[in-house]
Amino acid sequence: MIWDLHVHFSNFEGRTPHEKMANAVKFADRMAIERFMLYLGFPPHPEDPTPEELTKINNQVLEALQHWHHRAFGFVYLNPNHLEFSLKEFDRCVRDGPMVGVKLWIARKCNTPELDPIVERAASVNAVIFQHTWVKVTGNRPGECTPSEFAELAARHPDIPIICGHTGGDWEHGIRAVRAHKNVSIGIAGSDPTNGFVETAVRELGPQRIIYGSDAGGRSFASQLAKVQGANISDEAKKLILGENLKRMLAPILKRKGFEA
Amino acid sequence: MIIDTNVYVSRWPFRRLPGDEIPELLAKLRSHGVSQAWAGSFDGVLHEDVAAVNERLAESCRTLGQGLLIPFGTVNPMLPDWQEDLRRCQENLKMPGIRLHPSYHGYTLDDQRFFDLLRQAVEKKMVVQLALNMEDERTQHSLARVSEVDTAPILRLLPKVPGLRLVIQNRRRKPSGKLLGRLSYHGEVYFDFAMLEGVGGIARFIEEVPGDRLLFGSHYPLFYFESALLKVKESELSKAQRDAIFNGNARLLLEP
Repeated sequence: MIWDLHVHFSNFEGRTPHEKMANAVKFADRMAIERFMLYLGFPPHPEDPTPEELTKINNQVLEALQHWHHRAFGFVYLNPNHLEFSLKEFDRCVRDGPMVGVKLWIARKCNTPELDPIVERAASVNAVIFQHTWVKVTGNRPGECTPSEFAELAARHPDIPIICGHTGGDWEHGIRAVRAHKNVSIGIAGSDPTNGFVETAVRELGPQRIIYGSDAGGRSFASQLAKVQGANISDEAKKLILGENLKRMLAPILKRKGFEA
Repeated sequence: MIIDTNVYVSRWPFRRLPGDEIPELLAKLRSHGVSQAWAGSFDGVLHEDVAAVNERLAESCRTLGQGLLIPFGTVNPMLPDWQEDLRRCQENLKMPGIRLHPSYHGYTLDDQRFFDLLRQAVEKKMVVQLALNMEDERTQHSLARVSEVDTAPILRLLPKVPGLRLVIQNRRRKPSGKLLGRLSYHGEVYFDFAMLEGVGGIARFIEEVPGDRLLFGSHYPLFYFESALLKVKESELSKAQRDAIFNGNARLLLEP
Protein backbone atom coordinates (compact mmCIF):
# COMPACT_ATOMS: atom_id res chain seq x y z
CA MET A 1 0.00 0.00 0.00
CA ILE A 2 1.51 3.32 -1.06
CA TRP A 3 0.01 6.66 -0.09
CA ASP A 4 1.78 9.75 -1.40
CA LEU A 5 1.76 12.84 0.83
CA HIS A 6 2.83 15.37 -1.74
CA VAL A 7 1.49 15.81 -5.29
CA HIS A 8 0.89 18.91 -7.41
CA PHE A 9 -0.53 19.53 -10.87
CA SER A 10 2.90 20.50 -12.29
CA ASN A 11 4.02 18.49 -15.34
CA PHE A 12 0.79 16.51 -15.60
CA GLU A 13 -0.66 17.21 -19.00
CA GLY A 14 -4.13 18.63 -19.29
CA ARG A 15 -6.03 21.87 -19.81
CA THR A 16 -8.44 21.40 -16.93
CA PRO A 17 -8.22 20.05 -13.37
CA HIS A 18 -10.10 16.95 -14.54
CA GLU A 19 -7.64 16.26 -17.34
CA LYS A 20 -4.62 16.81 -15.13
CA MET A 21 -6.09 14.60 -12.45
CA ALA A 22 -6.71 11.78 -14.91
CA ASN A 23 -3.07 11.94 -15.99
CA ALA A 24 -1.85 12.02 -12.41
CA VAL A 25 -3.86 8.88 -11.67
CA LYS A 26 -2.42 7.21 -14.78
CA PHE A 27 1.13 7.71 -13.50
CA ALA A 28 0.14 6.79 -9.96
CA ASP A 29 -1.21 3.52 -11.31
CA ARG A 30 2.06 2.80 -13.10
CA MET A 31 3.92 3.21 -9.81
CA ALA A 32 1.33 1.35 -7.66
CA ILE A 33 0.38 4.46 -5.69
CA GLU A 34 -3.04 3.88 -4.21
CA ARG A 35 -3.81 7.35 -2.85
CA PHE A 36 -2.18 10.75 -3.05
CA MET A 37 -2.60 14.13 -1.38
CA LEU A 38 -3.11 16.97 -3.87
CA TYR A 39 -2.48 20.65 -3.15
CA LEU A 40 -1.75 23.91 -4.92
CA GLY A 41 -3.53 24.57 -8.18
CA PHE A 42 -2.17 25.17 -11.64
CA PRO A 43 1.41 26.45 -11.74
CA PRO A 44 2.94 28.94 -11.36
CA HIS A 45 2.13 28.98 -7.66
CA PRO A 46 2.07 32.42 -6.03
CA GLU A 47 4.42 32.66 -3.04
CA ASP A 48 2.24 35.19 -1.21
CA PRO A 49 -1.23 34.58 -2.65
CA THR A 50 -4.09 37.02 -2.30
CA PRO A 51 -7.44 35.78 -1.01
CA GLU A 52 -8.71 35.70 -4.59
CA GLU A 53 -5.75 33.60 -5.67
CA LEU A 54 -6.22 31.21 -2.77
CA THR A 55 -9.85 30.72 -3.67
CA LYS A 56 -9.01 30.04 -7.30
CA ILE A 57 -6.21 27.61 -6.42
CA ASN A 58 -8.26 25.69 -3.90
CA ASN A 59 -11.21 25.53 -6.26
CA GLN A 60 -8.98 23.91 -8.87
CA VAL A 61 -8.08 21.21 -6.38
CA LEU A 62 -11.70 20.75 -5.32
CA GLU A 63 -12.70 20.39 -8.96
CA ALA A 64 -9.96 17.84 -9.61
CA LEU A 65 -11.06 15.73 -6.65
CA GLN A 66 -14.75 15.64 -7.58
CA HIS A 67 -14.64 12.17 -9.13
CA TRP A 68 -11.53 10.85 -7.45
CA HIS A 69 -12.23 10.65 -3.72
CA HIS A 70 -11.29 6.99 -3.88
CA ARG A 71 -7.78 7.91 -5.15
CA ALA A 72 -6.86 11.32 -3.79
CA PHE A 73 -7.50 13.78 -0.98
CA GLY A 74 -6.99 17.53 -0.95
CA PHE A 75 -5.10 19.89 1.32
CA VAL A 76 -6.19 23.52 1.45
CA TYR A 77 -3.54 26.13 0.61
CA LEU A 78 -3.57 28.97 3.16
CA ASN A 79 -1.62 32.19 3.65
CA PRO A 80 -1.02 33.44 7.22
CA ASN A 81 -0.54 36.96 5.81
CA HIS A 82 -4.33 36.88 5.25
CA LEU A 83 -5.21 35.20 8.51
CA GLU A 84 -8.91 35.96 8.79
CA PHE A 85 -9.51 34.94 5.21
CA SER A 86 -7.41 31.81 5.64
CA LEU A 87 -9.48 30.66 8.60
CA LYS A 88 -12.65 31.14 6.57
CA GLU A 89 -11.07 29.33 3.63
CA PHE A 90 -10.15 26.49 5.96
CA ASP A 91 -13.75 26.23 7.09
CA ARG A 92 -15.01 26.28 3.50
CA CYS A 93 -12.61 23.66 2.17
CA VAL A 94 -11.90 21.43 5.18
CA ARG A 95 -14.37 21.88 8.05
CA ASP A 96 -17.35 22.09 5.72
CA GLY A 97 -15.74 20.70 2.57
CA PRO A 98 -14.01 17.51 1.44
CA MET A 99 -10.39 18.48 2.07
CA VAL A 100 -8.43 16.78 4.83
CA GLY A 101 -5.31 18.84 5.43
CA VAL A 102 -3.54 22.19 5.30
CA LYS A 103 -0.65 23.21 3.07
CA LEU A 104 1.51 26.09 4.28
CA TRP A 105 4.27 27.25 1.98
CA ILE A 106 6.56 30.27 1.96
CA ALA A 107 4.36 33.33 2.37
CA ARG A 108 5.50 33.88 5.95
CA LYS A 109 8.11 32.42 8.28
CA CYS A 110 6.40 29.58 10.07
CA ASN A 111 7.76 30.44 13.52
CA THR A 112 5.65 33.62 13.63
CA PRO A 113 2.55 33.62 15.88
CA GLU A 114 0.21 34.23 12.94
CA LEU A 115 0.39 30.52 12.21
CA ASP A 116 -0.93 29.51 15.61
CA PRO A 117 -4.64 30.09 14.89
CA ILE A 118 -4.35 28.08 11.68
CA VAL A 119 -2.63 25.19 13.45
CA GLU A 120 -5.24 25.23 16.22
CA ARG A 121 -8.16 25.42 13.79
CA ALA A 122 -6.74 22.50 11.80
CA ALA A 123 -6.17 20.44 14.91
CA SER A 124 -9.75 21.04 16.05
CA VAL A 125 -11.00 18.83 13.20
CA ASN A 126 -7.94 16.53 13.02
CA ALA A 127 -6.78 17.99 9.71
CA VAL A 128 -3.22 17.13 8.74
CA ILE A 129 -0.82 20.10 8.83
CA PHE A 130 1.95 20.27 6.26
CA GLN A 131 4.55 23.07 6.40
CA HIS A 132 7.15 23.42 3.64
CA THR A 133 10.72 23.79 4.90
CA TRP A 134 14.11 24.12 3.21
CA VAL A 135 17.55 25.13 4.27
CA LYS A 136 19.41 26.18 1.14
CA VAL A 137 23.09 26.96 1.06
CA THR A 138 22.16 29.18 -1.90
CA GLY A 139 19.77 31.16 0.32
CA ASN A 140 16.11 30.73 1.24
CA ARG A 141 13.25 32.79 -0.13
CA PRO A 142 12.18 35.64 2.23
CA GLY A 143 9.28 33.77 3.84
CA GLU A 144 10.72 30.31 3.49
CA CYS A 145 11.33 28.70 6.85
CA THR A 146 14.10 26.36 7.87
CA PRO A 147 13.53 23.17 9.87
CA SER A 148 14.87 24.97 12.95
CA GLU A 149 12.24 27.70 12.55
CA PHE A 150 9.66 25.01 11.96
CA ALA A 151 10.75 23.37 15.22
CA GLU A 152 9.76 26.55 17.06
CA LEU A 153 6.23 26.21 15.71
CA ALA A 154 6.14 22.53 16.64
CA ALA A 155 7.36 23.31 20.16
CA ARG A 156 4.47 25.73 20.70
CA HIS A 157 1.98 22.95 19.86
CA PRO A 158 3.50 19.81 21.36
CA ASP A 159 0.25 17.87 21.27
CA ILE A 160 -0.58 18.58 17.62
CA PRO A 161 0.89 16.34 14.92
CA ILE A 162 2.60 18.39 12.25
CA ILE A 163 4.67 17.52 9.18
CA CYS A 164 8.04 19.04 8.32
CA GLY A 165 7.87 19.22 4.52
CA HIS A 166 10.98 18.17 2.54
CA THR A 167 12.83 17.57 5.84
CA GLY A 168 14.49 20.85 4.96
CA GLY A 169 15.92 19.49 1.71
CA ASP A 170 19.26 19.20 3.48
CA TRP A 171 17.99 16.23 5.42
CA GLU A 172 21.04 15.82 7.62
CA HIS A 173 20.26 19.29 8.98
CA GLY A 174 16.49 18.81 8.99
CA ILE A 175 16.43 15.54 10.88
CA ARG A 176 18.52 17.03 13.67
CA ALA A 177 16.33 20.12 13.87
CA VAL A 178 13.11 18.22 14.51
CA ARG A 179 14.49 15.17 16.31
CA ALA A 180 13.50 16.28 19.80
CA HIS A 181 9.94 17.21 18.84
CA LYS A 182 7.93 14.03 19.08
CA ASN A 183 4.85 15.59 17.48
CA VAL A 184 6.80 16.14 14.23
CA SER A 185 6.85 13.76 11.30
CA ILE A 186 9.02 14.40 8.29
CA GLY A 187 7.95 14.41 4.65
CA ILE A 188 10.72 13.07 2.45
CA ALA A 189 9.49 14.46 -0.88
CA GLY A 190 11.10 16.85 -3.26
CA SER A 191 14.82 16.43 -2.85
CA ASP A 192 17.42 14.37 -4.65
CA PRO A 193 17.27 10.62 -3.93
CA THR A 194 20.43 10.82 -1.87
CA ASN A 195 21.46 7.44 -0.62
CA GLY A 196 21.21 7.10 3.15
CA PHE A 197 18.47 9.68 3.73
CA VAL A 198 15.81 7.26 4.92
CA GLU A 199 18.25 5.03 6.80
CA THR A 200 19.41 8.07 8.77
CA ALA A 201 15.85 9.17 9.43
CA VAL A 202 14.88 5.72 10.69
CA ARG A 203 17.92 5.67 12.95
CA GLU A 204 17.26 9.10 14.44
CA LEU A 205 13.46 9.39 14.43
CA GLY A 206 12.14 5.86 14.11
CA PRO A 207 10.05 4.69 11.15
CA GLN A 208 6.77 5.93 12.64
CA ARG A 209 7.77 9.57 12.07
CA ILE A 210 8.65 9.33 8.37
CA ILE A 211 6.13 9.84 5.55
CA TYR A 212 6.72 9.12 1.89
CA GLY A 213 5.78 11.78 -0.63
CA SER A 214 7.02 12.61 -4.09
CA ASP A 215 6.45 16.27 -5.01
CA ALA A 216 5.31 14.92 -8.40
CA GLY A 217 4.89 15.98 -11.12
CA GLY A 218 7.81 18.43 -10.65
CA ARG A 219 9.69 15.46 -9.27
CA SER A 220 9.19 11.94 -10.51
CA PHE A 221 7.36 9.42 -8.39
CA ALA A 222 10.29 7.15 -9.23
CA SER A 223 13.15 9.08 -7.67
CA GLN A 224 11.21 9.61 -4.46
CA LEU A 225 9.91 6.06 -4.12
CA ALA A 226 13.51 4.93 -4.49
CA LYS A 227 14.38 6.64 -1.21
CA VAL A 228 12.22 4.08 0.58
CA GLN A 229 12.25 1.09 -1.70
CA GLY A 230 16.04 1.28 -2.04
CA ALA A 231 16.74 1.90 1.63
CA ASN A 232 18.46 -0.68 3.77
CA ILE A 233 15.67 -0.86 6.36
CA SER A 234 13.17 -3.53 7.35
CA ASP A 235 10.13 -4.34 5.25
CA GLU A 236 7.98 -3.34 8.19
CA ALA A 237 9.60 0.10 8.29
CA LYS A 238 9.03 0.49 4.55
CA LYS A 239 5.34 -0.26 4.96
CA LEU A 240 5.00 2.38 7.64
CA ILE A 241 6.81 5.02 5.60
CA LEU A 242 5.13 4.25 2.29
CA GLY A 243 1.60 4.47 3.57
CA GLU A 244 0.66 3.30 7.02
CA ASN A 245 1.95 6.37 8.87
CA LEU A 246 0.00 8.76 6.66
CA LYS A 247 -3.08 6.59 6.79
CA ARG A 248 -2.90 6.53 10.59
CA MET A 249 -2.53 10.31 10.72
CA LEU A 250 -5.50 10.80 8.39
CA ALA A 251 -7.74 8.19 9.96
CA PRO A 252 -9.63 10.52 12.36
CA ILE A 253 -10.54 13.10 9.74
CA LEU A 254 -11.37 10.48 7.11
CA LYS A 255 -13.71 8.83 9.59
CA ARG A 256 -15.23 12.19 10.48
CA LYS A 257 -15.97 12.84 6.81
CA GLY A 258 -17.10 9.33 6.03
CA PHE A 259 -14.31 8.65 3.56
CA GLU A 260 -13.19 5.09 3.13
CA ALA A 261 -9.49 4.74 3.95
CA MET B 1 20.66 -7.03 -18.24
CA ILE B 2 21.73 -3.50 -17.39
CA ILE B 3 24.87 -1.52 -18.16
CA ASP B 4 25.09 1.23 -15.56
CA THR B 5 27.26 4.01 -16.97
CA ASN B 6 27.34 6.16 -13.84
CA VAL B 7 28.76 4.46 -10.76
CA TYR B 8 31.41 5.63 -8.30
CA VAL B 9 33.77 3.83 -5.95
CA SER B 10 35.71 5.02 -2.89
CA ARG B 11 34.42 7.71 -0.49
CA TRP B 12 32.13 10.66 -1.12
CA PRO B 13 33.99 13.42 0.77
CA PHE B 14 31.05 14.63 2.83
CA ARG B 15 29.26 11.52 4.03
CA ARG B 16 29.61 7.76 4.25
CA LEU B 17 27.15 6.07 1.91
CA PRO B 18 25.47 2.69 1.92
CA GLY B 19 27.31 0.94 -0.93
CA ASP B 20 30.62 2.75 -0.70
CA GLU B 21 32.41 -0.54 -0.02
CA ILE B 22 32.86 -2.48 -3.24
CA PRO B 23 31.37 -5.82 -2.07
CA GLU B 24 28.20 -4.02 -0.96
CA LEU B 25 28.13 -2.01 -4.18
CA LEU B 26 28.46 -5.15 -6.29
CA ALA B 27 25.74 -6.93 -4.33
CA LYS B 28 23.32 -4.07 -4.97
CA LEU B 29 24.15 -3.89 -8.68
CA ARG B 30 23.91 -7.64 -9.19
CA SER B 31 20.61 -7.81 -7.30
CA HIS B 32 19.14 -5.56 -9.99
CA GLY B 33 20.65 -7.35 -12.96
CA VAL B 34 23.55 -5.02 -13.67
CA SER B 35 26.14 -6.88 -15.71
CA GLN B 36 28.53 -4.00 -16.27
CA ALA B 37 29.11 -0.73 -14.43
CA TRP B 38 31.33 2.15 -15.57
CA ALA B 39 33.03 3.30 -12.41
CA GLY B 40 34.65 6.60 -11.65
CA SER B 41 36.25 7.47 -8.34
CA PHE B 42 34.87 9.91 -5.79
CA ASP B 43 38.51 10.64 -4.98
CA GLY B 44 38.84 12.22 -8.41
CA VAL B 45 36.46 15.00 -7.45
CA LEU B 46 38.78 16.71 -4.95
CA HIS B 47 42.14 14.92 -4.90
CA GLU B 48 45.04 16.50 -6.77
CA ASP B 49 47.09 13.31 -7.04
CA VAL B 50 44.86 11.90 -9.75
CA ALA B 51 47.56 9.49 -10.88
CA ALA B 52 47.22 7.69 -7.55
CA VAL B 53 43.42 7.97 -7.74
CA ASN B 54 43.44 6.25 -11.11
CA GLU B 55 45.81 3.50 -10.02
CA ARG B 56 43.63 2.72 -7.02
CA LEU B 57 40.51 2.77 -9.17
CA ALA B 58 41.97 0.37 -11.72
CA GLU B 59 43.29 -1.92 -9.01
CA SER B 60 39.95 -1.96 -7.18
CA CYS B 61 38.05 -2.77 -10.35
CA ARG B 62 40.56 -5.49 -11.30
CA THR B 63 40.83 -7.22 -7.94
CA LEU B 64 37.39 -6.64 -6.44
CA GLY B 65 35.14 -5.85 -9.38
CA GLN B 66 34.37 -9.48 -10.32
CA GLY B 67 34.46 -8.52 -13.99
CA LEU B 68 31.59 -6.09 -13.54
CA LEU B 69 33.36 -2.78 -12.88
CA ILE B 70 34.95 -0.92 -15.81
CA PRO B 71 37.22 1.92 -14.61
CA PHE B 72 36.86 5.43 -16.02
CA GLY B 73 39.79 7.54 -14.93
CA THR B 74 40.04 11.08 -13.71
CA VAL B 75 41.86 13.75 -15.72
CA ASN B 76 42.09 17.33 -14.51
CA PRO B 77 43.30 19.56 -17.35
CA MET B 78 44.08 22.36 -14.90
CA LEU B 79 46.93 20.31 -13.45
CA PRO B 80 50.42 20.37 -14.97
CA ASP B 81 51.18 17.44 -17.26
CA TRP B 82 47.63 16.16 -17.33
CA GLN B 83 48.59 14.57 -20.64
CA GLU B 84 50.58 11.96 -18.74
CA ASP B 85 47.53 11.08 -16.65
CA LEU B 86 45.54 10.54 -19.82
CA ARG B 87 48.31 8.42 -21.32
CA ARG B 88 48.51 6.24 -18.22
CA CYS B 89 44.73 5.78 -18.15
CA GLN B 90 44.81 4.36 -21.64
CA GLU B 91 48.17 2.64 -21.95
CA ASN B 92 48.93 1.42 -18.45
CA LEU B 93 45.51 1.03 -16.88
CA LYS B 94 43.59 0.01 -20.02
CA MET B 95 40.67 2.30 -19.31
CA PRO B 96 38.13 2.79 -22.13
CA GLY B 97 37.28 6.30 -21.03
CA ILE B 98 37.65 9.14 -18.59
CA ARG B 99 35.23 11.03 -16.35
CA LEU B 100 35.60 14.79 -15.98
CA HIS B 101 34.37 17.08 -13.17
CA PRO B 102 34.88 20.61 -14.57
CA SER B 103 33.01 22.41 -11.79
CA TYR B 104 35.15 20.84 -9.08
CA HIS B 105 38.35 21.26 -11.09
CA GLY B 106 37.69 24.90 -11.79
CA TYR B 107 37.36 25.31 -15.55
CA THR B 108 34.71 26.14 -18.09
CA LEU B 109 34.15 24.28 -21.32
CA ASP B 110 35.50 27.12 -23.45
CA ASP B 111 38.93 26.65 -21.90
CA GLN B 112 41.61 25.71 -24.44
CA ARG B 113 42.90 22.95 -22.16
CA PHE B 114 39.49 21.26 -22.18
CA PHE B 115 39.52 21.40 -25.97
CA ASP B 116 43.03 19.89 -26.05
CA LEU B 117 41.91 17.14 -23.70
CA LEU B 118 38.97 16.25 -25.93
CA ARG B 119 41.24 16.06 -28.99
CA GLN B 120 43.70 13.80 -27.21
CA ALA B 121 40.92 11.58 -25.91
CA VAL B 122 39.69 11.15 -29.47
CA GLU B 123 43.20 10.29 -30.66
CA LYS B 124 43.32 7.60 -27.99
CA LYS B 125 39.78 6.45 -28.89
CA MET B 126 38.55 7.05 -25.35
CA VAL B 127 35.00 7.85 -24.29
CA VAL B 128 34.67 11.14 -22.39
CA GLN B 129 32.13 11.37 -19.57
CA LEU B 130 31.32 14.87 -18.41
CA ALA B 131 29.70 15.15 -14.96
CA LEU B 132 27.70 18.38 -14.91
CA ASN B 133 26.75 18.02 -11.26
CA MET B 134 27.36 15.75 -8.33
CA GLU B 135 24.49 16.93 -6.14
CA ASP B 136 21.83 19.61 -5.79
CA GLU B 137 23.49 23.04 -5.55
CA ARG B 138 21.15 23.90 -2.69
CA THR B 139 22.37 21.10 -0.44
CA GLN B 140 26.11 21.29 -1.06
CA HIS B 141 28.55 21.74 1.80
CA SER B 142 28.77 25.46 2.51
CA LEU B 143 32.55 25.44 1.99
CA ALA B 144 32.49 23.40 -1.21
CA ARG B 145 29.96 25.07 -3.45
CA VAL B 146 30.07 24.70 -7.23
CA SER B 147 27.63 25.48 -10.01
CA GLU B 148 26.23 23.28 -12.76
CA VAL B 149 28.61 23.12 -15.70
CA ASP B 150 27.56 25.38 -18.58
CA THR B 151 27.39 23.17 -21.67
CA ALA B 152 26.84 25.95 -24.22
CA PRO B 153 30.46 25.87 -25.51
CA ILE B 154 30.18 22.19 -26.48
CA LEU B 155 28.15 22.94 -29.57
CA ARG B 156 30.98 25.09 -30.93
CA LEU B 157 33.56 22.43 -30.09
CA LEU B 158 31.86 19.46 -31.68
CA PRO B 159 32.77 20.24 -35.31
CA LYS B 160 36.39 20.75 -34.28
CA VAL B 161 36.64 17.36 -32.56
CA PRO B 162 35.37 14.79 -35.05
CA GLY B 163 35.12 11.33 -33.62
CA LEU B 164 34.43 12.54 -30.10
CA ARG B 165 32.21 10.23 -28.06
CA LEU B 166 30.85 12.37 -25.25
CA VAL B 167 28.54 11.34 -22.40
CA ILE B 168 26.82 14.12 -20.48
CA GLN B 169 26.09 12.90 -16.97
CA ASN B 170 23.93 14.27 -14.20
CA ARG B 171 22.23 16.93 -16.30
CA ARG B 172 19.73 18.90 -14.23
CA ARG B 173 18.62 22.00 -16.12
CA LYS B 174 21.19 22.53 -18.87
CA PRO B 175 21.53 21.96 -21.72
CA SER B 176 17.87 22.49 -22.37
CA GLY B 177 15.56 23.22 -25.26
CA LYS B 178 17.15 23.69 -28.65
CA LEU B 179 20.70 23.19 -27.43
CA LEU B 180 19.83 19.76 -26.08
CA GLY B 181 18.54 18.58 -29.43
CA ARG B 182 21.31 20.21 -31.44
CA LEU B 183 24.02 18.58 -29.33
CA SER B 184 22.72 15.13 -30.01
CA TYR B 185 22.28 15.75 -33.75
CA HIS B 186 25.63 17.51 -34.30
CA GLY B 187 27.86 14.98 -32.65
CA GLU B 188 28.03 11.65 -30.90
CA VAL B 189 26.68 13.02 -27.63
CA TYR B 190 24.92 10.81 -25.10
CA PHE B 191 23.05 11.55 -21.90
CA ASP B 192 22.19 9.69 -18.75
CA PHE B 193 19.13 10.40 -16.61
CA ALA B 194 20.41 10.06 -13.05
CA MET B 195 19.30 13.63 -12.25
CA LEU B 196 16.45 13.88 -14.73
CA GLU B 197 13.31 14.84 -12.83
CA GLY B 198 9.61 15.31 -13.52
CA VAL B 199 7.01 12.63 -13.86
CA GLY B 200 7.49 10.48 -16.96
CA GLY B 201 10.80 12.23 -17.51
CA ILE B 202 12.43 9.68 -19.79
CA ALA B 203 9.52 9.60 -22.23
CA ARG B 204 9.61 13.40 -22.44
CA PHE B 205 13.40 13.39 -22.78
CA ILE B 206 13.40 11.15 -25.83
CA GLU B 207 11.05 13.57 -27.53
CA GLU B 208 14.01 15.97 -27.46
CA VAL B 209 16.95 13.67 -28.12
CA PRO B 210 17.13 10.44 -30.12
CA GLY B 211 16.43 7.33 -28.07
CA ASP B 212 19.78 5.83 -29.08
CA ARG B 213 21.57 8.59 -27.14
CA LEU B 214 20.14 7.78 -23.74
CA LEU B 215 22.17 5.67 -21.31
CA PHE B 216 21.22 4.07 -18.02
CA GLY B 217 23.06 5.91 -15.27
CA SER B 218 22.24 5.60 -11.58
CA HIS B 219 24.84 7.82 -9.86
CA TYR B 220 25.03 5.05 -7.28
CA PRO B 221 26.06 5.03 -4.47
CA LEU B 222 25.53 8.78 -4.05
CA PHE B 223 21.94 8.25 -5.22
CA TYR B 224 19.74 5.28 -4.49
CA PHE B 225 20.22 2.89 -7.41
CA GLU B 226 16.49 2.26 -7.57
CA SER B 227 15.82 5.84 -8.65
CA ALA B 228 17.12 5.24 -12.17
CA LEU B 229 15.47 1.85 -12.35
CA LEU B 230 12.05 3.17 -11.34
CA LYS B 231 12.33 6.05 -13.80
CA VAL B 232 12.40 3.53 -16.63
CA LYS B 233 9.28 1.91 -15.19
CA GLU B 234 7.51 5.24 -14.78
CA SER B 235 7.76 6.17 -18.46
CA GLU B 236 5.72 4.40 -21.06
CA LEU B 237 8.41 2.91 -23.30
CA SER B 238 8.49 0.13 -25.87
CA LYS B 239 10.55 -2.97 -25.16
CA ALA B 240 13.02 -1.85 -27.81
CA GLN B 241 13.39 1.54 -26.13
CA ARG B 242 13.88 -0.06 -22.72
CA ASP B 243 16.47 -2.51 -24.05
CA ALA B 244 18.36 0.29 -25.74
CA ILE B 245 18.41 2.33 -22.55
CA PHE B 246 19.25 -0.58 -20.27
CA ASN B 247 22.20 -1.83 -22.29
CA GLY B 248 22.06 -1.56 -26.09
CA ASN B 249 23.16 2.05 -26.40
CA ALA B 250 26.02 1.68 -23.93
CA ARG B 251 27.24 -1.52 -25.56
CA LEU B 252 27.40 0.15 -28.95
CA LEU B 253 29.15 3.17 -27.49
CA LEU B 254 32.01 1.08 -26.09
CA GLU B 255 32.44 -1.03 -29.21
CA PRO B 256 35.71 -0.23 -30.99
